[in-house]
Amino acid sequence: MQLAAAANESLAHLSNNLIYASMAVYTLAFLAHITEWIFGSRSKVARTAAALTRSETGTGAETPAVQVRGKGGTAVLDKPEVVTRSAAGTRDVPDGPGAAGGTVQGDLYGRIAVSLTALGFLLAAGGVITRALSVERAPWGNMYEFSITFATVAVGVYLALLALKKNVRWLGLFLVTTVLLDLGVATTWLYTDSDQLVPALHSYWLWIHVSTAIFCGAVFYIGAAGAVLYLFRDSYEAKLAGGGKPGTFSTSVMERFPSAASLDKFSYRINAAVFPLWTFTIIAGAIWAGDAWGRYWGWDPKEVWSFVTWVAYACYLHARATAGWKGRKAAYLALFAFACWIWNYYGVNILLSGKHSYAGV
Amino acid sequence: MSTSDKASTEAPHDSEDSASAEASAEASAEAAAGAQLSTAPLEDAPGGPVGIGVFGWARWFWRQLTSMRVALILLFLLSLASIPGSLIPQNQVDLMKVAAWKKEHASWVGVAEKLQLFDVYSSVWFSAIYLLLFISLIGCILPRSWQFVGQLRGRPPAAPRRLDRMPAYTTWRTDTSPDEVLSYAGTLLGGRRFRTEGGPGSVSAEKGYLREAGNLVFHVALIVMLIAFAWGQYFKSEGGKLVLRGKGFSNTLTQYDDFKSGALFDSDDLPPFSFTLDKFDATFERTGPQKGTPREFKAYVTFTNGAHGTPQKREIQVNEPLEVDGSKVYLLGHGYAPVISVTDPTGKVIFKDAVPMLPQDGNLTSTGAVKVTDGYKDKDGKATQLGFAAMFVPTFAGAGEGTMFSQFPELDFPALALNAWHGSLGVDSGLPQNVYQLDTSKMEQFKTEDGKPLAKRMLPGESMELPGGQGTVKFEGIERWATFSITQQPGSGLALGGAAAAIAGLAGSLFIQRRRIWVRAAAGKDGVTVVEMAGLGRSESAKLPEELAALSGALHAQAPTAGPGPAPVPGPLAEAPSAEAPPAEAPPANERAEVEGERA
Ligand code: HEM
Repeated sequence: MQLAAAANESLAHLSNNLIYASMAVYTLAFLAHITEWIFGSRSKVARTAAALTRSETGTGAETPAVQVRGKGGTAVLDKPEVVTRSAAGTRDVPDGPGAAGGTVQGDLYGRIAVSLTALGFLLAAGGVITRALSVERAPWGNMYEFSITFATVAVGVYLALLALKKNVRWLGLFLVTTVLLDLGVATTWLYTDSDQLVPALHSYWLWIHVSTAIFCGAVFYIGAAGAVLYLFRDSYEAKLAGGGKPGTFSTSVMERFPSAASLDKFSYRINAAVFPLWTFTIIAGAIWAGDAWGRYWGWDPKEVWSFVTWVAYACYLHARATAGWKGRKAAYLALFAFACWIWNYYGVNILLSGKHSYAGV
Repeated sequence: MSTSDKASTEAPHDSEDSASAEASAEASAEAAAGAQLSTAPLEDAPGGPVGIGVFGWARWFWRQLTSMRVALILLFLLSLASIPGSLIPQNQVDLMKVAAWKKEHASWVGVAEKLQLFDVYSSVWFSAIYLLLFISLIGCILPRSWQFVGQLRGRPPAAPRRLDRMPAYTTWRTDTSPDEVLSYAGTLLGGRRFRTEGGPGSVSAEKGYLREAGNLVFHVALIVMLIAFAWGQYFKSEGGKLVLRGKGFSNTLTQYDDFKSGALFDSDDLPPFSFTLDKFDATFERTGPQKGTPREFKAYVTFTNGAHGTPQKREIQVNEPLEVDGSKVYLLGHGYAPVISVTDPTGKVIFKDAVPMLPQDGNLTSTGAVKVTDGYKDKDGKATQLGFAAMFVPTFAGAGEGTMFSQFPELDFPALALNAWHGSLGVDSGLPQNVYQLDTSKMEQFKTEDGKPLAKRMLPGESMELPGGQGTVKFEGIERWATFSITQQPGSGLALGGAAAAIAGLAGSLFIQRRRIWVRAAAGKDGVTVVEMAGLGRSESAKLPEELAALSGALHAQAPTAGPGPAPVPGPLAEAPSAEAPPAEAPPANERAEVEGERA
């Protein structure tokens, strides 16, 4: 008989301190991002970009712009260039220059913010790992652990996208702000002392099912953030295209984001990429339920909402595949689907009791 | 967003359609280039039925049902329709909660029952949605599979006249002859597992058919999973059994405490096996804020498969059921059973048994009833029945407070309290009896000399005298019991297979991009060969230009740019700054997983 190890107090303590430290660093990253946005708002480049946006949308529809993609580097200079041409009829607007608006100072603060975010990520990851070590099990036994892991994975995915040279720096401020909120909620309301699991959670499926669930959630979150920004940027572009004049603040912010088309595509790619993993998560959960409770599907509230989330994302992917439901409607579906995910995480745990025994906060 | 132009990247997939469409010759050539790049149906305009009478309507209805628009609506409805089942307790999940809800919301019960809100997942409306969805799915898959087979047999379409109108395009001039360029191109594309087709002065190539296959596999797998689910519902069986330590169970219908089964289940399907519970271990948190929460449950059993199998030792834990012949034995719960003996007025032991008590809280404060149905005669020799209402605590607390409760779930300080009754237990009345409760309606309580009801709290080994020398009740010791659930759920293997196929198909459908590449080479006026390459995918994926760059780079290595001469001017070039950095290096050109961009 194996008696589960008692929680290691000093490691648990260290874990808490690391989480607090990461919150402090994220706060600095938040300030650095704000500075970046402020410097960027004074930029000439941004204003040029805005002018460009305006002229593009004015004439855009009939003559799609063509982007020239050189194969960079001197060694390959004589290789043929590939020319791309976007689908006729789409609003052809170039991406904004980013929060820094092309200013050197703004960019410097942006880089500082990203470095701080990376540091915060390392601290938070340390917090999650020491928490796991303190209990000698996967650190996903209750909502506090779930929340800190969620925030850490979301930031990790963002940093990984940056490392892959994807154009995602525009996400920084939004992400850092919400991650701070999430950690704040976790440490203030959801905090649970480090401890062992009830027997129903003793299973290697915990590692598989819960880790993929958190990962999918964090990635869906980034997809949803893309969809939200898409909606804002799209109304901004639509207003411009319709001859309207958005307010100065809105212009200053919006013109620096990527184009609505880019944001839309970003959000789609993220959601589509993680959908098969989410499918797997639900199936892994069903297998675990089969082992633990003798039925693989029993319409427990948690199961219901996982199903609703899955169907909602399937709906979104379908919407993208059919003509009439692209753009805003599809984005609303994506947000509905993500709202289901979040509800499944907070709402179901707190308000609806079911068999999922960690449902206690 | 603005309207999408089908002609550019999502052409009508039927060449007849595109021919009939009034479009310029050029547009239709472009349309042909993009034709049959997928098997997704076109959206038909939401018009009324064509033709007259029942047949026309039926056709219209079928068309609507199998359209993508309706599939989308049904899918959305399915997600909305599953929600109420998580907010209102379900019969299928927890009958007790349903009863509690009904009590709390008495005025709603009528409406809720009419709407089948306590049985959402088997309700008429929920079933209607998913059945329609699956009919739609079948109606969608059949023609698409057929079309896909046709596409597999077909060849990549000829190069459109103006390659520079394709989403990705490149061109250069070379001294290599057109024929050589084309032969190089054919080898190059073929080597990268493109399906190639030579045409006059051009080569067409296509790749990524697995995307379509994956999509079809995914949708078929959904049907397989539904069938598996239905199969499981009809043939499943589920029964519960409480087993005392040292006692056994054999898998026949009569041995179960409770049993539920699907409509088509046959009790002959129960596999013949038996087991005895040798030992049961439970450990609990001893310290800290979560003191008393369970840490580990383990049942040690001796298990015999079949009527004449050899007994084997096995362990059953919460997440580790025992699997036999398509049945699984799960450990569900556990508790204590005080061993009680009853002696009649003559001093003869007429009852000695371990009596399971039902846990009431996390610390296993338990209640139950001891029923002595026969064998007892009172002092006057009259046969009667005895009943004892019992309360058992593994770790006694509450001394001096007049109550009794348990402080910890393990046997640190066990105590048993009894109330004694005599009369008729009512077991012969034909009404179902709760084994844990005493029906005292036809019984009388034993009284002490001063007229108070007889009750006593005992430690193990202690006994209670019934007044007037009517006998003795002794608390002999404590046994443990565990409850098991024995389930059979056929079709779960099929469901798992379907699920695995669904994920594989989905990955293929989402990560593989179907695309076409064309190469054209022709001698220019000055005798130098002009090479043109273009790519078209089902979507504006960023990967397509990268792939074209890699392919053109490879072809360019074999057919390098001709010496000095006017630089070729590709198509109608406008200079617009691109915010995206140019791709730093060529991507690996073999088939790679990639996330598809938006469609058309
Ligand atoms: C049971 C419900 C269904 C679910 C969960 C479902 C799910 C999905 C998903 C996740 C995709 C995305 C794959 C991709 O984008 O390539 C997809 C694509 C597709 N689905 Fe469904 N589907 C369902 C029912 C249907 C029905 C009823 C139809 C036909 C009326 C249908 C037709 C299609 C088509 C044509 C595509 C591919 C579109 C393309 O090639 O881009 N699906 N489905």
